Amino acid sequence: MKRGIAGSLESNDALITVKESDKLNITIKSIVYDFFHTQIEKVIRETLTELGVDKIDVVCDDKGALDYTIKARLVTAVKRMEGGK
Amino acid sequence: MRRSLLFIPGNNPAMLQNSDVFESDAVIFDLEDAVSVTEKDSARNLVSLYLASLKKRVHKEVVVRINGLDTPFYGDDLKAVACGRLDTIMLPKASVTYLRELDSLLGEIERERGLNKKIAVIPIIELAASVLEIEEIAKYPRVNGVLLGAEDLSGDLGVMRTKEGNEIAYPRMRLAYACAAYKIDAIDTPFTDTADGEGLEKDCRYAGNLGFNSKAAIHPNQVPVINSVFVPSQKSIEWALRVEEAARTASRKGLGVFSLDGKMVDKPVISRAAKIIEKARAYGLI
Repeated sequence: MKRGIAGSLESNDALITVKESDKLNITIKSIVYDFFHTQIEKVIRETLTELGVDKIDVVCDDKGALDYTIKARLVTAVKRMEGGK
Repeated sequence: MRRSLLFIPGNNPAMLQNSDVFESDAVIFDLEDAVSVTEKDSARNLVSLYLASLKKRVHKEVVVRINGLDTPFYGDDLKAVACGRLDTIMLPKASVTYLRELDSLLGEIERERGLNKKIAVIPIIELAASVLEIEEIAKYPRVNGVLLGAEDLSGDLGVMRTKEGNEIAYPRMRLAYACAAYKIDAIDTPFTDTADGEGLEKDCRYAGNLGFNSKAAIHPNQVPVINSVFVPSQKSIEWALRVEEAARTASRKGLGVFSLDGKMVDKPVISRAAKIIEKARAYGLI
């Protein structure tokens, strides 16, 4: 099964792991989960739509990343999974 | 006009999101040496989306150091970061040949994307061969400053880097003259000991006396020191203002040459004073 990982567990970053799946599954862990999990999920869903991906397993381990960082890490992880590094 | 240019590692979100608070005249988002080969894609995407996220100008100048034209990365770097928020591309291991190629690529991207600005270029002189081409590099139309990269240059020469910098005396002087001749910024090499503030100040003053007007920083704590050195001193501002006033008085009397504090003042001295005043005004010192 193809996988892609990008980012880190450093402060203000997010470690995003994606793998092929037959459905969309998003798991979010965050140090600010109570306040921002809805926003993080929104960024993930919008980014996947932009990438044209609707079936994928995404695990986002967030350490306080801003929206553009989450998006950048997700784009990189998906492209790595697709082998187009 | 720049004094300080701060390198920010391109794959470091914490540094990126704070990059507007360090008070450097330019920030350099680095996709080259600060990023490992396995993370080039990640850094490129992060810098690209960071720039896209900026709703307004928060830096005086945005520079991106792309990977060298001798690598497979530079084309993707350029496509990722060329946008309205980008002011300048920093070109590693510069040569006239690479500069021409970069100029052509930037021209294509600017046309394709309808950018209503011309992205500037700061070439880095970090090979012995580049030192011999400095004049050609400095006069290239997109170039508005040249950075000396002493670490790679001393590696190319096979000599050790020292704090005194005797090993880079020749390229420093040659770069300062070329930049002065073509009226662009002479940007000195970073001082790599980030814990030695005194050494940094001494190095800045030495470079300033050679004709450099700015210096690259590799740590935010270097910025205030660099900013304080690459501006006219209070003493020189006072002198320049007195020259300006005396020149006005002399002009009313029809004199082109006059004496101030027992020293002859003529056109070159008046021009030097005018430059000091212009720079002092630009940085709000008068």
